[in-house]
Amino acid sequence: MSTLSALQHNRPDWSRIALYVTLLAMIAFYLSPLESGLMTSIKTQAGFQQTSPFVPPLPGQFAIEPWIEAFGRLQSGLVNSILFAIPATILSATIGSITAYGLTNTNWRGQALILMVLIAGIFIPYQSVLVPLSRFWTIVDLGSLLAVIPPLADRSELIALTITHTAYGIPICTLLFRAQYKSIDSSMIEAARLDGATIATIYYRIILPLSIPMFAVALIYQFTNIWNDLLFAIVLISDNSNDVVTMSLQKLTGSMVSQYNIQMAGAFITALPTLLVYIIFGEQFAEGVAGGGA
Amino acid sequence: MATNQSPDSEPPPTETVSTDGGLPAETTESTEPTLQRWTKSEFVRSLPFWLPATLLVGLFIYGAIGWNFIISLTDWQGLRRVTYNPAEFDLDNYFEFFSKVVEGGLLGGPQEYWAFRNTFVLLILFTVVALIVGLLLALLVDQKIRFENSFRTIFLLPMSLSFVVTAVFWAWMYNPSSGMINEGLRLVGLGAITQNWISDPQFKLFAVIFALIWQFSGYCMVVYLAGLRAIPTDQYEAAKVDGANTLKMYWRVIIPQLRASTTSAAVVLMVFALKAFDFLFVMFGTQPGRSADILALMMYREAFDGTANWAYASAIATILFVLALGIISPYLYRQYKRGAL
Repeated sequence: MSTLSALQHNRPDWSRIALYVTLLAMIAFYLSPLESGLMTSIKTQAGFQQTSPFVPPLPGQFAIEPWIEAFGRLQSGLVNSILFAIPATILSATIGSITAYGLTNTNWRGQALILMVLIAGIFIPYQSVLVPLSRFWTIVDLGSLLAVIPPLADRSELIALTITHTAYGIPICTLLFRAQYKSIDSSMIEAARLDGATIATIYYRIILPLSIPMFAVALIYQFTNIWNDLLFAIVLISDNSNDVVTMSLQKLTGSMVSQYNIQMAGAFITALPTLLVYIIFGEQFAEGVAGGGA
Repeated sequence: MATNQSPDSEPPPTETVSTDGGLPAETTESTEPTLQRWTKSEFVRSLPFWLPATLLVGLFIYGAIGWNFIISLTDWQGLRRVTYNPAEFDLDNYFEFFSKVVEGGLLGGPQEYWAFRNTFVLLILFTVVALIVGLLLALLVDQKIRFENSFRTIFLLPMSLSFVVTAVFWAWMYNPSSGMINEGLRLVGLGAITQNWISDPQFKLFAVIFALIWQFSGYCMVVYLAGLRAIPTDQYEAAKVDGANTLKMYWRVIIPQLRASTTSAAVVLMVFALKAFDFLFVMFGTQPGRSADILALMMYREAFDGTANWAYASAIATILFVLALGIISPYLYRQYKRGAL
């Protein structure tokens, strides 16, 4: 066995080479839409029409204007997306953590039933609630309820979107935290309980500090999901000034049909926050993906 | 789901749990025996923690699904106000939908048939191919390669992007005159098979499926990789001692142990396929034509695209919900029985 592997070391290991070649080919394929998009976004109109999409711009055909143009069109969408995605992310993660605690580290019958009901919510196609949702937010007219506070009244559609995304984010966050809380050593909780700690104190003193890594996972995963969504936004938002960035990008592609350089720049600007989060916190995102899927 | 990391190789902890009548609290009690002394009032004192979320989810998800079903029983349409009169409730919208599906199957007419058919083509083809690609990627990445993290990061990257963004990228990839796909084909001498990928009815749906596979196979890879890592190494060794060659070893020993990973990844992918609305909407708008229409898009078109066929759209939405339920309920039930929730 050892002589065989020693022998193999002396000649090129073709299977390893084939492995790396295959992997690199796959990498090229996975990155190609991004690469061709990036190259196209820095070319002039003539530039991307005359050259292949994956080659860098020729001298004289380099342009930064597509990015400036796209940014101008997406600016207010970016602001609105930040305004609703961050609160919705924090709310759903926090509520998810508290809920998972209430359903895991306390002891009463029927927990599993409530948990099943919550977790099934992860898989609901949004279509199956769209009509009632648009009815609900027409009947519960946040705009007039908040009329006394004009800045909030103007943004009422974003508040409705925040609440909706929070509700739909709770199931996945609960599942993520639940997976961690199940593995927490119960003797620690029991000891605190014997010392007379209340359920709230135990959460605050013991569970919460242990949940910091899982908060990173839930926040990152939820932020990506909420930022990327289009469907709830197009149903709940009718006032153009409240358009979120995915809507702005969709409108941009509709109005600049053949200006692919601007479209590509817009796609990158829309994706930038989630790309940054992914590049910095890739591990946490992968954990969220593996833990929750949808 | 939560069981991705626990492969079939672990002893199934389940039968013991499920034999005692399946009392819901058993699952938790078995993991936290020391908490058993907690009194019944624990229920009351834990209410503030889980009740708000349960009410919010109950109202927004389950309340909305029920409301949607009731709307589907009415004949609400256009700008009229909806009236809920139980005496007038009927299943006409469902009859209309399914009779059109059948009619379309026989004569090739109504859009309902195509949307229904395409939903299933998308669901099955996308799920199967994404699983296969994900498995192959996982097997490649699992060969103790260098820069494993970088490879994983790149394969999973498309999943962090919005459908809106990926649809914009792929619309450009598929551009017939200067898109990457056709340019690439011409570059390797296959110019003869270049196509108008996203306008030709023959290829439209497959072009969408291809792009979706690009986006989600990285997810399958992550799930499979976790499954592979959980297989004890001595099993590889044992197979080698038996004289199995590598291919046989994977086929006979390794892949059968990934069944749990396959199930959970497949469930998630199928649900994604039912949701694939955003991608098609950005690429084709609300009128993708017969060849690429799916139920999710049809539902949106019926309700929100000026037509305002609220009740009919709600019926389609209910059908989508039932499809999703059919996929997830056996899975969740099994997870629950295994004590994995």
